[in-house]
Amino acid sequence: MDLAHLQAIAEQEKQRQRAIRLHCCTSTGCQAAESLQVKDNLKKAIEKKGLGDRVEVVGVGCMGFCGRGPLVQVEPERKLYEEVTPEDAESIINALEGGKATAKEGDPDHPFFARQMRIVREHSGEIDPERIEEYIAVGGYQALYKALYEMTPATVIEEITKSGLRGRGGGGYPTGLKWATVAKMPGNQKYVICNADEGDPGAFMDRSVLESDPHLVLEGMAIAGYAVGANHGYIYVRAEYPLAIKRLQKAIQQAKQNGVLGTQILESPFDFKIDIRIGAGAFVCGEETALIQSIEGGRGNPRPRPPYPAERGLRGCPTLINNVETFANIKAIITKGADWYSSIGTANSKGTKIFALTGKIKNNGLIEVPMGITLREIVLEMGGGVPDGGEVKAVQTGGPSGGCIPASLLDTPVDYDSLLKIGSMMGSGGMVVMDQNTSMVEVAQFYMEFCREETCGKCIPCRTGTVQLHNLLTKLLDKRATTQDLELMESLCQMVKETSLCGLGQTAPNPVLSTWRYFRDEYLALVKA
Amino acid sequence: MSVKTLTINDTPVAVEAGATILEAAKQAGITIPTLCHLEGVSDVGACRLCLVEIKGINKLLPACVTEVAEGMEVQTETAKLREYRKMTVELLFSEGNHVCSVCVANGACELQDMAVTVGMDHSRFSYRFPDRPIDISHPSFAIDHNRCILCTRCVRVCAEIEGAHVWDVANRGEKCYVISGLDQPWGEVNACTSCGKCVEACPTGAIFHKGETTGEKTSDPGLLDFLVTARKKQQWIR
Repeated sequence: MDLAHLQAIAEQEKQRQRAIRLHCCTSTGCQAAESLQVKDNLKKAIEKKGLGDRVEVVGVGCMGFCGRGPLVQVEPERKLYEEVTPEDAESIINALEGGKATAKEGDPDHPFFARQMRIVREHSGEIDPERIEEYIAVGGYQALYKALYEMTPATVIEEITKSGLRGRGGGGYPTGLKWATVAKMPGNQKYVICNADEGDPGAFMDRSVLESDPHLVLEGMAIAGYAVGANHGYIYVRAEYPLAIKRLQKAIQQAKQNGVLGTQILESPFDFKIDIRIGAGAFVCGEETALIQSIEGGRGNPRPRPPYPAERGLRGCPTLINNVETFANIKAIITKGADWYSSIGTANSKGTKIFALTGKIKNNGLIEVPMGITLREIVLEMGGGVPDGGEVKAVQTGGPSGGCIPASLLDTPVDYDSLLKIGSMMGSGGMVVMDQNTSMVEVAQFYMEFCREETCGKCIPCRTGTVQLHNLLTKLLDKRATTQDLELMESLCQMVKETSLCGLGQTAPNPVLSTWRYFRDEYLALVKA
Repeated sequence: MSVKTLTINDTPVAVEAGATILEAAKQAGITIPTLCHLEGVSDVGACRLCLVEIKGINKLLPACVTEVAEGMEVQTETAKLREYRKMTVELLFSEGNHVCSVCVANGACELQDMAVTVGMDHSRFSYRFPDRPIDISHPSFAIDHNRCILCTRCVRVCAEIEGAHVWDVANRGEKCYVISGLDQPWGEVNACTSCGKCVEACPTGAIFHKGETTGEKTSDPGLLDFLVTARKKQQWIR
């Protein structure tokens, strides 16, 4: 397969596509609300009306507005239907010819959509994730071609470095620097790993990317492999994402059949294969060294860094490990260039970030926004604020590693450094909104319970510190704690943060520390009289 | 062989490149507290007692796995480190059932010694009194999980020196415990050669010779390093 073939597939697919396409979401959330039945009924209605030659229904990935699913969008007129039931299907087809649909009509220009900037999710909800032809038709694997034929590994890395892309898994390490380090390491065997062990409560960005546009991640990984000199990649995905796994398997198979993965990719001398490894339900396996141990077949325990995986990773070889969303950004950077990418965002945080907007908020779902947008814009304008006239009390970002940001700081721009400064972090993209009825101590207790259950148990501060912190918070909520207990809690938080072995323990106290910082009154009010 | 020079607690030290801070400190006569470290087996950096401060690095790093670098300025006894070590030992005491007065290792226990070293006389954290079993199925040895601090020395000794890999860790977090075989009674594990190295490696009274009573266990952790040196260098020295 060469470029001409790629273009031929794209052309053929465009010919095949009908003039009117009904996008029906088939992601996990919408599937749970009978979207597959909706899709079937739409198909039947099209056949019944004999519209098959100009109308088709396409099972697509996530459109984002998950709170109002199942969603159906009619293209090219952009008409959006929300909370569609299987019974609505026939009327939607009738509406194509002037009838009235029984389904609730949504607003495709709602701020929830209009304020977004879609780079990673550009084709999410528009293409069928189970057909590589649709991906190729929207320019898929052109970036890989460009990298292989028009760029050297060094220029690819230079482009990624110049783009200012930072790791989307939470830490925000400069991606170009990571790639350059792996590329410079000696050795013939190197690996690329995609971390798809998304585990923060309330976060489902990576799942959505994998379910909606799996080839985007594969293409990003292949480009990374070319850049750093690796010919073997792994995707470590959690077992709780069966649909993502199924679609990845299908995508890898189709990519191999079409010569964009495997040996002599696009008729170049570059080989790259990708294997899937399925996690067994441990949150800590999202930590890179634990993840690597898990792929090797060992117990998913982190090990001290340095040496970093870039130096000594999988099977002792230099290993590049990036998150799903990071890889999903690569295609756009290679296609449109670093200058374009770095024009988006703030000085030190470039590009866009996907957030899973959940909690006490009107518009639940996934949004992709440019870095630098304020929390206020996200929560109040896009999210529509708290339902039923409630008030936003705090926003939690970064999951169990992040913190609670009080409403008074809603004007904080969303970028790596600003969030860190106020005691939270970007994290992988979970954003939980809390209203005035939320007890912040209970929130802290919830996250501490999560860490208590998910710590691997290797190092003492994390294994036992989280238990003691959870006990202290429980004691406080039972109104049995004294001010000495609070002092002990604070010093234990510092200790766990500074002495734990890996990121899990080092960040576990953040939800407590941030609520202690901004909602101290609530803690003090619970102290035993 | 190239040499690196550094300072530990303002004392200049010259040590071969590739050595860890812990090894450098030892050569300079400076003691850094450790529990999971054992001469002769690999290091895991789990007990966090050997954490040190290094100028210019904002994280505390474990001396047992951090390699020395030229010009490094290491501090091992700052107020912060002392406080954290004490807390670590308190946490260890709070998570198990460590009752010295009835323990086989009373008087020869590294955890007990560590408590004395860091000046811990009580725990600020509530004791958790976990319900943990004792396994006496092995004809010669026994394991009392109440006294286990999960340092995994037995795991490493068995896997790396004896080559049997009888021990490993099961479960997660506070539910972690050391298992023999595939979580079988120790006496039923065919892979166990009854060599007793785990008994010598255990820093507390968790793994002991059957028949020992209060204060009778004296383990010999130096034996492991002796064996490794003998095997690798054919030097039978202690």
